[in-house]
Amino acid sequence: MLDHLIVLPVVLPLISGILLLISRHGSTFAKRLLGVGSTVLLLLVAIALLGQAAGGEVAYYALGDWQPPFGIVMVLDRLSALMILLTAVLALGCVVFASAGDDEQGSNFHGLFQLQLMGINGAFLTGDLFNLFVFFEVLLLASYALLMHGGGKARIQAGLHYVVLNLAGSALFLIAVGVLYGATGTLNMTHMSVRLAELESERAGLVSAGALLLLVVFGLKAAILPLYFWLPRAYASAPAPVAALFAIMTKVGIYAILRVYSLIFGDQAGPLMALEQPWVWWLALGTLAVSAVGVLAARDLRLLVAYLVLVSVGTLLAGIGMGTPEATSALLFYLIHTTLVTGGLFLLAELIGLQRGKAGTRLVKGRPLRNGGLLAILFLVGAAAVAGLPPLSGGIGKAFLMVAATPAQQPWLWPLLLIAGLCSLVALSRAGSTLFWRSHEGEPSDLPLGRRQLFGVTWLLGASPLLVLLAGPVSDYTQATAEQLSSPAPQIRALLPDHAAHANGGDA
Amino acid sequence: MESLYAITTGILAACGLFLTLRGRSFPVVVGLTLLSYAVNLFLFSMGGLTSNGAVILDGNGSYADPLPQALVLTAIVIGFAMTAFAVILAMRARGDMGNDHVDGRQMDESREERR
Repeated sequence: MLDHLIVLPVVLPLISGILLLISRHGSTFAKRLLGVGSTVLLLLVAIALLGQAAGGEVAYYALGDWQPPFGIVMVLDRLSALMILLTAVLALGCVVFASAGDDEQGSNFHGLFQLQLMGINGAFLTGDLFNLFVFFEVLLLASYALLMHGGGKARIQAGLHYVVLNLAGSALFLIAVGVLYGATGTLNMTHMSVRLAELESERAGLVSAGALLLLVVFGLKAAILPLYFWLPRAYASAPAPVAALFAIMTKVGIYAILRVYSLIFGDQAGPLMALEQPWVWWLALGTLAVSAVGVLAARDLRLLVAYLVLVSVGTLLAGIGMGTPEATSALLFYLIHTTLVTGGLFLLAELIGLQRGKAGTRLVKGRPLRNGGLLAILFLVGAAAVAGLPPLSGGIGKAFLMVAATPAQQPWLWPLLLIAGLCSLVALSRAGSTLFWRSHEGEPSDLPLGRRQLFGVTWLLGASPLLVLLAGPVSDYTQATAEQLSSPAPQIRALLPDHAAHANGGDA
Repeated sequence: MESLYAITTGILAACGLFLTLRGRSFPVVVGLTLLSYAVNLFLFSMGGLTSNGAVILDGNGSYADPLPQALVLTAIVIGFAMTAFAVILAMRARGDMGNDHVDGRQMDESREERR
C-alpha cells in the first residue's frame, strides 16, 4: 500500500472528479461532501508523503512497473512533497469557501476543481518531460472551465485571451519537448540529465534552443515580465475560490523552472549548465519593477491582489536567478508564504465585495461594512504579511532572500525588493482606508458572513503567523530541499542505478 | 524528403502564426489549428525520418522510432479537445459580447466597410 502512496495525489482527485462529473444535477450537499472529503484525504496523503520525503530519499513510482528510463515515472523528493502539501492546504481553504455558495453559480464546480488538483499534483510529481506537458494540459483545461465558472462578460473575455495564449504556449512546449527528445533521445528528465553529460558538442546549440523555448513556456505559466499581461485581468475576473486556487498556478511554472533547470541543466550539463540564469535574473527584476507600478495603479481590490501575485512571481524568480542553494531555500520559504497569503487575500476581497453591495471591490466610497471590524483585522494581517512587514512571514521570507544575495546581486535586488514592498504597503493602506473608513452614511447591508467563508479566509491567512512560529523547522526543510536540488546525483542513482554504476566505472 | 518535410512544416507554422495574430476569433481558432498541425508534424519528425523501416522491431534492419508516434497521438487528441473548446468559447464570446473581436470591442467596423 505504501508503495502506491506516491501516485495517490493524482489518482484520488481523478476518481472523485469523475464521480462528481457523473451527475450534473445531483444533490449539492453530496457534491460538497465529496469535494471537501476528497480534499481532506488529499491533505492527509500529502502529509504522509512529506514525512516520507523528509528523510532525503528520492522515491519513484513506475506506472505499469516499466522501469525508468522506459516507463512513465512519478518521482517524490522533498520539493515535490512540499508543493503537494502546499496545494492541498490551499485547496482545502478554497473548496470550503466555495461550498458557501460560489459552487452553485454554474455547473460542475467540484468536479472541475478536483480535476484541476489532479493536473497540479501530477505536474509536481512527474519525472517525465512529456508527462509534464500532459499534466499542464489537464490543469489548463480544468482552469479554462473554472475561470469562466458562473459566466459573465468580463470572465468570457479574459478567458478567451487566457485560452488562446495558453494554446499557443502548449504548441511551443511541444516543439521544445520535440527538440530535446531529438537531441538526447529520451524524455525522462533524470535520464536526460545523464545523456546531456555525454552530448556531442554540435548538438549543444539545439539543446540550448530547446531549453530556452521551455523557459518561454514556463515563463508564460509563471507570468514573467513580457508574458504576464494575461494574468491581472484573468485573476481579477475569476470567481474568488478559483482565483485563490490560481495562486498556485503561477507557482507551477516556477516549480517547473526550478525542477527542469536544476535537474537537467544541473552541474553535470557542462557548458549548458544553468543557461537560464541570466535571463531569469534580469526578467525577474523587470517583473518586480513593473508589477510594483501595477500595484500602485490598481483601482480594484482584486486587481490589486492580482498584481501582488505578480510581485511575488518577480521575487521568487529573482531567487531562482541568484542560483545558489541559499537563495533556493529562501525562495521556497517565500513561496509557501506567498501562495497561501495571496490565496487568502483573494477570498477576503470577495467577502469585502459582497458586504459592500454595488460598489463591490472597486476602491471607491461604498456603504459601510456589516462586519467591518473583523474583516479589517483580517485585511490588516493579510496586508502586513503580503507587503513583507517584519513580524509576519513575508518579512522573514524577504529577509532570507536578501541575506542570500551575493554582494554583486545586492545593489540590484535590495532596492527593487524593498521599493516593491513599499509600493505594496502604500497601495494596500490606501485600499484599506477607502474600504473600511471612507464609507457613506447609510445602512450596512444585511448579508452576514458565512461560517465556511470565514473558515476559508482564516485557514489561509492564519498560515502566515503559523509560518512565523514554525519558521525554524520550515526553513530547515527548505534548506534540505535546496541541497537536494543542487546535486542531481542521488536522484540519478535512485532512478537509474545502471547508469550511475556505469558512470562511476568510467571515472575509475 | 527532409527539405520538403521541413518546408511544409514551416509554411504551416507561418500560416498558423499569422492567423493567430488576427483580431477576429474565427481566424484565431483556425490559426491555432494550423499551428497544432505544424507542431504535430514537427514532433513526428523528431525521431528522424526513415523510409521503409519496420514498424515493430523484428531483430534486423532499421525500424521506425515508436515514441514520436505515441507522442503525436497524444498531442493530436489533446489538440482536438482544445480546438473544440476554443470554438465553443469563441461562439459563447460572440453571443455574450455581440461581436467576434477577441477584445470584445466594436473596433474598425467602419474602416472595414469602407474598404
